Amino acid sequence: MELTLKKRKRNTIIPGFSLTLGYTMLYLSIIVLLPLSMIFFNTFSMSWSEFFETISHPRAVASYRLTLSTALAAGLMNVVFGTIIAWVLVRYQFPGKRIVDGLVDLPFALPTAVAGIALATLYAPNGWIGQFFDFKIAYTPLGIIIALTFIGLPFVVRTVQPVLQNLGIEIEEASASLGANRLQTFFKVIFPELIPAVITGFSLAFARALGEYGSVVFIAGNMPMETEITPLIIMTKLEQYDYAGATAIATVMLVASFIFLLIINIIQWYTNRKFNQF
Amino acid sequence: MTKSFEAQPEAPLTVNRTATKSYALQESALIKWTFITISLLFLSLFLILPLVSIFVTALEKGWETYIASITHPDALSAIKLTLTVVLIVVPLNAIFGIAAAWVITKFSFKGKNLLITLIDLPFAISPVIAGLIFILLFGAQGLFGEWLYQNDIQIVFAIPGIVIATLFVTFPFVARELIPLMQMQGITEEEASISLGASGFKTFFLVTLPNIKWGLLYGLILCNARTIGEFGAVSVVSGHIRGMTNTMPLHIEILYNEYQFTAAFAVASLMSLLAIITIVIKNFIEWKAEKS
Repeated sequence: MELTLKKRKRNTIIPGFSLTLGYTMLYLSIIVLLPLSMIFFNTFSMSWSEFFETISHPRAVASYRLTLSTALAAGLMNVVFGTIIAWVLVRYQFPGKRIVDGLVDLPFALPTAVAGIALATLYAPNGWIGQFFDFKIAYTPLGIIIALTFIGLPFVVRTVQPVLQNLGIEIEEASASLGANRLQTFFKVIFPELIPAVITGFSLAFARALGEYGSVVFIAGNMPMETEITPLIIMTKLEQYDYAGATAIATVMLVASFIFLLIINIIQWYTNRKFNQF
Repeated sequence: MTKSFEAQPEAPLTVNRTATKSYALQESALIKWTFITISLLFLSLFLILPLVSIFVTALEKGWETYIASITHPDALSAIKLTLTVVLIVVPLNAIFGIAAAWVITKFSFKGKNLLITLIDLPFAISPVIAGLIFILLFGAQGLFGEWLYQNDIQIVFAIPGIVIATLFVTFPFVARELIPLMQMQGITEEEASISLGASGFKTFFLVTLPNIKWGLLYGLILCNARTIGEFGAVSVVSGHIRGMTNTMPLHIEILYNEYQFTAAFAVASLMSLLAIITIVIKNFIEWKAEKS
């Protein structure tokens, strides 16, 4: 059966294979692959010591630490609150629910610079929200976490929501009829089903946060060693026409995101295997 | 889709399985409203208040200042440039998205998964790096820099640079919406059409396109929103030349850094309106797609 299916597909009568494949490859190469290869091309033209010196400069290292820790903190915030919001949107009825549901997409639709100036103004020491806090939020790492949480929220909500929606009530009924209370049912029956989606949502939000620029620069304060994110280091080097330095830092970011994607894929594969073994 | 978890004490047990209020199948009202309150509080602090503050700050000094801010020549040229970029970028990425989805979903070939991964690649790359690569390619010291200079073609720090960097950043949007949709729909309808003698293009326009129109529109909307709002990549390649290479987000940045907050938020409010319209259209499409 499978063999005949494959054979049929290979001898498909649908036209346009070489046209669409050729166009796809050409466009992909011109817009994405050729430009992206410039990063590695330019990095290889640097000497090893020059490259190492640039990427291990204390200011760069401080920015890696800041970028990673704020992206992680924002990702975890989104995992907790994003999952609660997804739960509330799927399971409960309350007035204004449709509007709230639509609003979750705002970070996808709102330009990052607009979000950036709005959040910076709100969380500034004299802003609507900032004035209620004794400590500074904007222009500190906390401000960066707020901007990254804003950017990442829909990734978690929109990956967990459909999984919750498709979760049949039967398994909860089975759990309840076997004597589990609601808390046990949630942690032992519902939550394991959500884990792969939560991990996917977290990784999408985290990956986006690692490279985010527009929403962060306005609220970060951009103090070297303290609130300077890695994309901003690239930007600063570009403004000083230090293209080699900018490229070296970009290489670190690219390698870091590829390693991260690899780790996430391994975790996904592992959790899928663990929870689908029954 | 969502089942009602509201208790209905009067209903007979046999009709409604969740008839009796049981804490084994649903949370107590206390937990329910705690969760709802947490959600609304969180969304207020992170989404609602920022959105409201944009409009309030924009209108702080009255309508006249507002109108003056958005009809300032620099603002108008920023709006015009942003629209120009949209008109070039969105159709180009749409054509690519359709071609890529067609080849990926209608045929089987080696390296298909690699191709899908490569199409998603721009999503994993920082916008700043997206701008950087085009400087390395077309900048004065770039690969084609010398040649472009001799032929008097300017790409970086000019409109072509903005267009191509935006093309990169918004590259996957349409393809990504169409691939899962067309995968689900299979190839039987197209095969029927072709075997009845229709040409490839006729099949695409009369059979495939009506099937994918909502998914396509959805992809276009997302691509459009990102094109209008792209900041990091465009910031790197534009050179920030006022009235020439400033898109709307870059114009907002300049105004904000010059402490012209009211003007910055006035332009920002226009972009927020566009974002709200985008969300409304998106919900409309989802509703339509669900119905069909």
